[in-house]
Amino acid sequence: MKSVSVSVAYMPLVDAAPLIVAQEMGFAEAEGLALDLIPAPSWSSVRDMLAFGRVDVAHLLSVVPVAMALGLGGVSTALSAVSVLSVNGNAIGVSRALEANLRDIGYLFDFEDAHGAGAALATVAPQGLTIGVPFPFSMHIELIEIWREATPLRGIPLKIRTVPPPMMAQALAEGEIDAFCVGEPWGSMAVEGHVGALLLPGRAIWNFAPEKVLATRAEWAETEPHLLGRLIRSVWRASRWLADPASRTAAAELLGRPQWLDVPSEIVDRALTGKLAISPGGELRDVPAFLEFHNSAATFPWRSQGKWIAHRLALRSGLDVPAAMIRAADVFRSDQYRFALDGTGADMPGASEKVEGSLSSPMAVGSTRGEIVLGPDAFFDGRIFDPFEV
Amino acid sequence: MRTALTIVVVEEDRDRAIAIVDALKDEGENDVHVIGNMTGLARRIAAYSPDIVLIDIDHPTRDVIEELTLASGPLERPVAMFVSGAAGGLARAAVEAGVTAYVVDGLHPDRLKPVIDAAIARFQIMRQMRTELDETRRALEERKVIDRAKGLVMKARQVDEEEAYAILRRAAMDQGMRVAEVAQSLVTTAGLLR
Repeated sequence: MKSVSVSVAYMPLVDAAPLIVAQEMGFAEAEGLALDLIPAPSWSSVRDMLAFGRVDVAHLLSVVPVAMALGLGGVSTALSAVSVLSVNGNAIGVSRALEANLRDIGYLFDFEDAHGAGAALATVAPQGLTIGVPFPFSMHIELIEIWREATPLRGIPLKIRTVPPPMMAQALAEGEIDAFCVGEPWGSMAVEGHVGALLLPGRAIWNFAPEKVLATRAEWAETEPHLLGRLIRSVWRASRWLADPASRTAAAELLGRPQWLDVPSEIVDRALTGKLAISPGGELRDVPAFLEFHNSAATFPWRSQGKWIAHRLALRSGLDVPAAMIRAADVFRSDQYRFALDGTGADMPGASEKVEGSLSSPMAVGSTRGEIVLGPDAFFDGRIFDPFEV
Repeated sequence: MRTALTIVVVEEDRDRAIAIVDALKDEGENDVHVIGNMTGLARRIAAYSPDIVLIDIDHPTRDVIEELTLASGPLERPVAMFVSGAAGGLARAAVEAGVTAYVVDGLHPDRLKPVIDAAIARFQIMRQMRTELDETRRALEERKVIDRAKGLVMKARQVDEEEAYAILRRAAMDQGMRVAEVAQSLVTTAGLLR
């Protein structure tokens, strides 16, 4: 069978793995697809390539398509998130100077307790902090904001600045930023470069934060339902392969190659296993589900995730909240995802919306095949978001 | 007479920056600044309060400029992203041309067009020159590898240089490969046998 080529823009990050694996391990080919993976230099570039039709599919920050639906930022082409590509996977890190100050007050870098980390950081930086994030519309900013809202960090001046991830370590070394929130491999690269120490995994702030999505133009998804189905299925099978512990070594080796991320496979392995070296001194921390590609219905694009993002953006940008949530409700296309995976044996939750933040431990819920276990999705401060009540 | 525009060009490569500045100067008395150091980019740009920021679309710092275009950015006034405005065709062309421009809201596009056109043309020429330079460099590399492979063949088969090259060329034709590729595999393999 001759494969149909589909162009895909992506940023060279560990969480682009499902797309890279779909192409390299033959999951795309099995669906008659050839993914033409085009690395992009910036998130604006990924967005523009998708919006202007240079590519049909993109590895995109989960917040971007919602922001575009709300008319925030420059471009307003309607995009659809047809699957979630990854959940969690970011790390918050600090400069060596802050690391030293934190150790001086006896902070132990438990890499777990967001309350404790926020309190300690506010104590050593009363004059304020500048925190680098990859993009003005990103889960990184949401995590920092949630963290700030519920810890003593709210009492100090906090500036959030956009810094391209490959330049994060340098910006930290030059004192341009004091801390960062970034996806792998860039947190570990800062540790490797002896310029920073990791303070918290993103999931210490929110257990189940949708990080990257499989994005298409809404119009493309409507007019190419067959291609869309083949795309969603091949990426879903790639995520299942990634979730198998037996695949880890091969996945780390593959992703590290020069044509993909071009970093040592040992660094990639840290994100895949959740066993992270948090400081140049070599302290190790073990974070289960540090970066989740598949389990706990990780790929399911919950409509409530899109609404949660819209709710946050609307509050911060002064937009009408209920109107924003209505406009954003159809960005996360659980319907297209269900249609594509129907009959593949993929188990899917019975509902398409959930109360975000309500699970503090794994729970079985109704699914298309009986029961599916959802992982914890709690926020560290216990807040919940009910998409039906706002 | 039109008033001068303040234009900031973000470009690390000095020669490219000079070329762009020259192109912009040809369009009239514009106030052009070049930023070649990416440290603290947002702050540096804001210090000039530019009417236009020109940056290579392939540069990772585009996301930093993106932040400046948002209402709450350090420019402290609304900035429109030129490529996404009403001029949709231009947006696409700009994206494909490898140039993007961010323009302060309210600036008349007619004033801007020649500036942007010139910059686009200049970017394209510079990009083409860069591609050609890369190709030349690659050709030189291949030349070196072929010379080494020829040396290996001469030594192993006791032939002269011309005959050694003929042997490499025949092998390449037989295998449907380029001479440089055959030479490369020979050099790599010979390294293993040492």
